[in-house]
Amino acid sequence: MQMPVPQTGTAAREAVIEVRGLRNQFGPQVVHDDLNLDVWRGEVLGIVGGSGTGKSVLLRTIVGLNAPAAGSIKVLGVDVVNGTDEDRQSVEKRWGVAFQDGALFSSLSVLQNVEAPMREHLKLSEHLMSALGQLKISLVGLQPLACGKMPSELSGGMRKRAALARALALDPEIVFLDEPTAGLDPIGAAAYDELIGELQHALGLTVFMVTHDLDSLYAICDRVAVLAEKRVYAEGPIEMMPEVDHPWIQEYFTGPRARAAQNKTKER
Amino acid sequence: MAEPSLTIEQSSNSAMIRILGELLTRHVGDVQTAFDRVPTGMTDVELDLAGVESFDTGGAWLIANMQRRLEAGGATVRITGAKPAHAALLDTVEQHLPEKLEDDEDARGFVPALIALGKYTVSGWRSFLSALAFFGETLVALVLTLLQPWRLRRAALFSQMESAGLKAVPIVALMGFLIGVVLAFQGAAQLKQFGAEVFVVELIAISVLRELGILLTAIIVAGRSGSAFTASVGSMKVQEEIDAMRTIGLNPIEALVVPRVLALIIMMPILGFIANMAGLFGGALMSWIDLGVTPGMFITRLKETTDVWNLLIGMIKAPFFALMIGVVACWQAMQVRGSAESVGQHTTASVVQSIFMVIAIDAMFSVFFSELGV
Repeated sequence: MQMPVPQTGTAAREAVIEVRGLRNQFGPQVVHDDLNLDVWRGEVLGIVGGSGTGKSVLLRTIVGLNAPAAGSIKVLGVDVVNGTDEDRQSVEKRWGVAFQDGALFSSLSVLQNVEAPMREHLKLSEHLMSALGQLKISLVGLQPLACGKMPSELSGGMRKRAALARALALDPEIVFLDEPTAGLDPIGAAAYDELIGELQHALGLTVFMVTHDLDSLYAICDRVAVLAEKRVYAEGPIEMMPEVDHPWIQEYFTGPRARAAQNKTKER
Repeated sequence: MAEPSLTIEQSSNSAMIRILGELLTRHVGDVQTAFDRVPTGMTDVELDLAGVESFDTGGAWLIANMQRRLEAGGATVRITGAKPAHAALLDTVEQHLPEKLEDDEDARGFVPALIALGKYTVSGWRSFLSALAFFGETLVALVLTLLQPWRLRRAALFSQMESAGLKAVPIVALMGFLIGVVLAFQGAAQLKQFGAEVFVVELIAISVLRELGILLTAIIVAGRSGSAFTASVGSMKVQEEIDAMRTIGLNPIEALVVPRVLALIIMMPILGFIANMAGLFGGALMSWIDLGVTPGMFITRLKETTDVWNLLIGMIKAPFFALMIGVVACWQAMQVRGSAESVGQHTTASVVQSIFMVIAIDAMFSVFFSELGV
């Protein structure tokens, strides 16, 4: 059962990511089959699903790290599966990806990590790059002192923030986040959620977020897409999720943790 | 899609600055000089952003930076005409604009060099002490294992013996064979001049058995297994597996280092022996082809002139080389800190140091045996 997507506003929405008929397969194991998904400009979309439903695989497929067995993916109007390398490169400059454990380049300092995409794609002087890099680092809530540190000297939360700064280096239109709050303490996670919400608002980002964190879903996601049975089983605002007739979704969105998260949001 | 531009209408003490076009990060490099050229020293500046089509943090940085510069010059800056979203972004960026930029550390000059030298000396001395401590710990663990053989991890030992020993046989045998061939070939060219072809047997036998067979085997093992030890144990260190072992009461030296070092100590003499035999075989083959020394003659001559001590002296060194390679590789692995980069550095250091140590020990043995007169 696919839920009808509620129409928010009358203005025509622009789909920045269109996934059609996606099929992912590893050997005999089919992860996605005929998966369809639209991501609208300016929204925060949370991708949820049980372990092994292929949330991260979906993210990796959209950003081109995993070649799908079938289907098409358009990001910002560019076919990233079958398009030319030039097309792909043009769109790669317009998105940023923050991996689960940061995936910072271990031989570079935090500032150099943030400068790396700029160095590759923009023609900027060293001074300018350093200034913009430090602005990004400050934007994600890291102290100026963190600029010169190596990734191995950072805590898990700082690494995630540094990864976000790197993802924002080119001022992308879309940001992909893989489990942004996993492994953070509740206070750190809440601060990170707030940060993403703030940046999304200020920079007009579209955020594609794979998460397990119910608090994040309630706090910042405009829409939720649930992966189950190899496809997007339900999508829509989180308030509508408990109405979906599927055992996993029922359990997930009406369980004690979900209720707690919901109450917390109401209190705010 | 318009490139950003900037116009100034300046009267005596005030100015109206209009900014037009796409003020985006990708254009920052092109327009920064225009922004920097705006003169300071005015008292009243109006920044009109009505013509800005699109805006991101790069653009906001340009505006905020210029605003700060003008204000430092004593001006009051008003921003007008900004779209609400642009004004909000500008506000966010202004809040986060670093007070002053961190400069990259400049490490030139005499004093920094002296500081670097001092740090290098201290860290060198410390790592020497730590290596010595590790060597001691490993020796103690080895002796304990010999006293209590049931504590030995047999599965790990056999698997290491297979990967570091058995699987090295082809390369070691081929290397030995080629060394024999080369020695026979080079020796023959020289010995022919004196008509002393038959001495090629001693040349090959003594140099291969006493020195080359075992030394080159050790170098191959250091490159092949030493690097593998450092990389695999070092990666475990990065993944905190070593710390996990400690917390469940496993001694990493006993669980990881002893099986590896012991496997090398057992397998190195065997590999060395194989290299020796392959060397003699290669030498005999080449002598036959090049000098006409038949295999029968070669063996007879070998028995008559080459003392068994030559073989023994070579073989005695094998376990010492093995111990050194194993300890250096595992010690380097334990020095890995944090990242994949560090694994690479320590693997390189492991190979270089263990080959150096092998050659140094070989030199010590040479002096020792020549003093003994064997």
